[in-house]
Amino acid sequence: MAEPMLRLDGVQTDIGRYHILSGVDLEVPRGEVTMLLGRNGVGKTTTLRTIMGHWRAKAGRVLFDGQDIAKVPTPAIARMGVGFVPEDMGIFSDLTVEENMTLAAVSGPLAPARRDRIFAAFPPLAAFWRAPAGTLSGGQKQMLSIARAMAEERRLYLIDEPTKGLAPAIVSTMAQALRELKAEGASMLLVEQNFAVARALGDRAAVMEGGRVIWTGAMAELANDAALQERLMGLSVEGA
Amino acid sequence: MSVQSEAAPAHRPTIAALSPRDRLARAAPFLLVPVLVLLGFALIGSVPTWLTLTVSGLAMGMMIFIMASGLTLVFGLMDVINFGHGAFISVGAFVGISVLAALGDWTGAASLGLNMAAVLAAVMAAMAATGALGWGFERVLVRPVYGAHLRQILVTVGGLIVIEQMIHVVWGPDEIFLTRPEMLKGATLFLGAAIETYRLLAVAVGLVLFVAMRLVLRRTRIGLIVRAGVQNGEMVEALGYRLRLVFIGTFVAGSALAGLGGVMWGLYQEVITAGMGEQMMILVFIVVIIGGLGSVEGAFIGALMVGLLQNYVAFLAPKLALVSNIGLMTVILMWRPEGMLPVVRAK
Ligand SMILES: Nc1ncnc2c1ncn2[C@@H]1O[C@H](COP(=O)(O)OP(=O)(O)OP(=O)(O)O)[C@@H](O)[C@H]1O
Ligand SMILES: [Mg+2]
Repeated sequence: MAEPMLRLDGVQTDIGRYHILSGVDLEVPRGEVTMLLGRNGVGKTTTLRTIMGHWRAKAGRVLFDGQDIAKVPTPAIARMGVGFVPEDMGIFSDLTVEENMTLAAVSGPLAPARRDRIFAAFPPLAAFWRAPAGTLSGGQKQMLSIARAMAEERRLYLIDEPTKGLAPAIVSTMAQALRELKAEGASMLLVEQNFAVARALGDRAAVMEGGRVIWTGAMAELANDAALQERLMGLSVEGA
Repeated sequence: MSVQSEAAPAHRPTIAALSPRDRLARAAPFLLVPVLVLLGFALIGSVPTWLTLTVSGLAMGMMIFIMASGLTLVFGLMDVINFGHGAFISVGAFVGISVLAALGDWTGAASLGLNMAAVLAAVMAAMAATGALGWGFERVLVRPVYGAHLRQILVTVGGLIVIEQMIHVVWGPDEIFLTRPEMLKGATLFLGAAIETYRLLAVAVGLVLFVAMRLVLRRTRIGLIVRAGVQNGEMVEALGYRLRLVFIGTFVAGSALAGLGGVMWGLYQEVITAGMGEQMMILVFIVVIIGGLGSVEGAFIGALMVGLLQNYVAFLAPKLALVSNIGLMTVILMWRPEGMLPVVRAK
């Protein structure tokens, strides 16, 4: 079997005095979408931030395409081809939408073809291209945050709750954009609380609890087993 | 380096219309300077006096802006409080004035070309010296104390004292008096007011520098990175930019600008002392705070207001001169607690 795009081996992360991740094992296969699921506060965001190097793992390995990046500086990790959408979106409010996108294209000017594709996926970004990003609505900011990750070809996308707090119509815009990325063969690690979106997008799922991954398997398997969902995430999604 | 996209998007950009009230709130800080100038006129009454005080206030404001611009970015980018900034002002003044003294033939000649060449040489030497000093200062003193404000204050004040003592060692303990280059000594008569040539030069330099900084900050990628870094440094790194390098570059540039400000201030006062930078820091901090930490535009407006107010009050009510700037700061912070043009920051 091919080396996965990303593999975490026994990753432990402390935040201050608190042990938040207590041995995370996780694989993100190439060209697939892996959903990272779990209740609130189980360590999903911390896992993504540890991969990006915002928090440092105190033990374990983070292998990106076979290379251990646990000690690599964050900017270098990004330049290896990791597109990151943080939970708080990380928008530069005083910069225009255009300037946010310009910065996201690290290796050169934003390619016109890419820009047009982003406008097609997220029309509000075209309408507000020259406006300060701080004037965007929450949903539009989320679009910008994902658009920034799409500003260049990436080898891996790390996306933290892209549909958090969005109206249903925007949720489907978001899901559609992610589906298109997936169709191009992108490798993705996606945190998603909206189970309907998770089941529609995910190839595989990893469920966290108490700072470790307690279950991994096919998304379809989890989606079709209400008892398993109940046991892993304490939720029942009849009809979702 | 331009970041303007070649082709505008096919969709017509529509920017949400702001209400007149919002617009006024945004523009308000920019209107404060003209309002202050008009208010000064109303209270002073005499055109020549008002004009002299206004030019002198603007010149002073521009010099304070030059000293403050780097400091506000350094604070915005890495949350670093640098009390040592004043040392760069003093060192810049001493290096620059020494170069001018060495070029006595050029400064003494009644030739604008030679005079300006001498000033340029002095400025370049001062900026090179303070830029290098800033680089060393960041590496040795500031880097070990990131994220710890109290230690930053202690360490940078320590650095300030050491550098001031070094100035005493190199240039002696006394103040140094100087005269401006020949062609910068005179004044121009305008509307009955004698406007000193040097003040006009200071205003011009400050304006050019402000415009240049704005262009760099708005039109170049490095400028965008700096502005983005002030708002959310972590995200700048997650996009692939090394914030540390950007910060060091900003620190060095800010130190060099402080050196430039020191030379200009020395030529303005016609006397320099090791403690001059430290004395200026009070005004510089006021400007950075009322402008909004991390905002170059805010620092610019704040500096002009401080300069103008200082000059108007010194004429109208000399006894209040010392408290006028503290008063200004209090009023501005009551109106906008984060400063006039606060930068929206994550964290
Ligand atoms: N900066 C921090 N300081 C201290 N504790 C933190 C910090 N950030 C997160 N934690 C703690 O770490 C644990 C995991 O948080 P994390 O944000 O990774 O959870 P999550 O799975 O993303 O939750 P959610 O679904 O609510 O986003 C929580 O208990 C949280 O309180
Ligand atoms: Mg989270």
